[in-house]
Amino acid sequence: MIAIIDYGAGNLKSVKKAFDHLKVNSKVISSAREWSGFDKLVLPGVGAFGAAAQRLNKAGFIELTKEWLIADKPFLGICLGLQLLFESSTESTDIDGLGFFKGKCVRFQQGKVPQIGWNQIQLKKDSKLLDGITENSFFYFLHGYYIQPENEDIITANTEYGITYPSIVSKGNVYAVQFHPEKSGDVGLQLLKNWVEKC
Amino acid sequence: MLATRIIPCLDVDNGRVVKGIKFKELKDAGDPVELGALYNQQGADELTFLDIGASYKSREIMIDVVERVSREVFIPFTVGGGIREVSDMRAILKAGADKVAVCSAAIKNPSLITEGAKIFGSQCIVLSIDAKQYEDTWHAYLNGGRIDPGIDALEWAKKGEELGAGEILLNSMDKDGTREGYDLKLNKTVSEMVNIPVIASGGAGTMEQMFEAIKIGKADAVLLASLLHYGELTIKEIKEYLNNKGVCAR
Repeated sequence: MIAIIDYGAGNLKSVKKAFDHLKVNSKVISSAREWSGFDKLVLPGVGAFGAAAQRLNKAGFIELTKEWLIADKPFLGICLGLQLLFESSTESTDIDGLGFFKGKCVRFQQGKVPQIGWNQIQLKKDSKLLDGITENSFFYFLHGYYIQPENEDIITANTEYGITYPSIVSKGNVYAVQFHPEKSGDVGLQLLKNWVEKC
Repeated sequence: MLATRIIPCLDVDNGRVVKGIKFKELKDAGDPVELGALYNQQGADELTFLDIGASYKSREIMIDVVERVSREVFIPFTVGGGIREVSDMRAILKAGADKVAVCSAAIKNPSLITEGAKIFGSQCIVLSIDAKQYEDTWHAYLNGGRIDPGIDALEWAKKGEELGAGEILLNSMDKDGTREGYDLKLNKTVSEMVNIPVIASGGAGTMEQMFEAIKIGKADAVLLASLLHYGELTIKEIKEYLNNKGVCAR
């Protein structure tokens, strides 16, 4: 069973719909009381870093998610769910992220912000998450901030938008992507399938 | 590299796609879900559905359409037409749309953009502007282009960005339906004025005109309707053409 964390921000149901389409069991959890009976965890997200971190905290998810990550249990962060794994963001300087990865999120200085649309990934290392997915595949991106990890070893793929920035990171069983696989057509569904079956 | 988006636009009335759709591959040309899935297969980067039915009943049916599309088609889609309040936005987004487009209601009540952006995020709010030339500038029209409230479209675009819109859907009323090409001057002016993506709409007749909208008009995306619906061009052909001209298309 996959649990998708719902902390009251945006359209999180599309991740559930993608799993339904793949005929994989998943459930949306919106409070710490529902934290049981699953073996894989998804942290999706749209919106602002600070508001999301606050809502996660209010719903009692911060400590539980940190413990999950430290125990190296299967995890997938999507978009803001990737950014929240880092220590902080210049978007909301008064609030901390989960701090699982060292580094911060900063705003794009070039081009139109937010970046909206399909962009490519350049692979930095092999990953089970990307089985059957080729170099330069397009995924759907929607974000104004990008991550700056301190440890470059966690970078699985990069993307270019005026600058080169990490679009997939991973460590052990923890994976996170900056784009929206649930909105990236067939290639996105393939990535989700890989995560469910292989990661 | 970020690809320039090609976005088919479908007009929906009472749950059916209207305005002549002619496809051999479809069992039923009027079903928005079936047509959305076909455009996805053909390589559409996003979809836009405009609810042109004015009735309350049409709105309720639209919610059901959105729900069905989101279960079948895994690319982003925008829904517009008749969105007047935050509660309308919430209903559409909750049903599974990724973005909502606001037009008349935002002119009448600009705080709708700010409220929507605050609750759902700027990336969810598309400001749709129906622009028509007026002397040496353009005016933003109300009610599907029927009323000119005397608002400068350029100032309105800038204001929309400040209020929190994440994207601008720029419809040229002068070019709409003419197939003479997009309004390049309008597009370029707005695109250089704001720092959010601009979607060019109205006037597409050839692939060269789409290239011009991107190169000269600085459009971040192009919206297409009848050219695709009548099967005169396919998304695949358009993308091959654009790629050959050095535009990044998926």
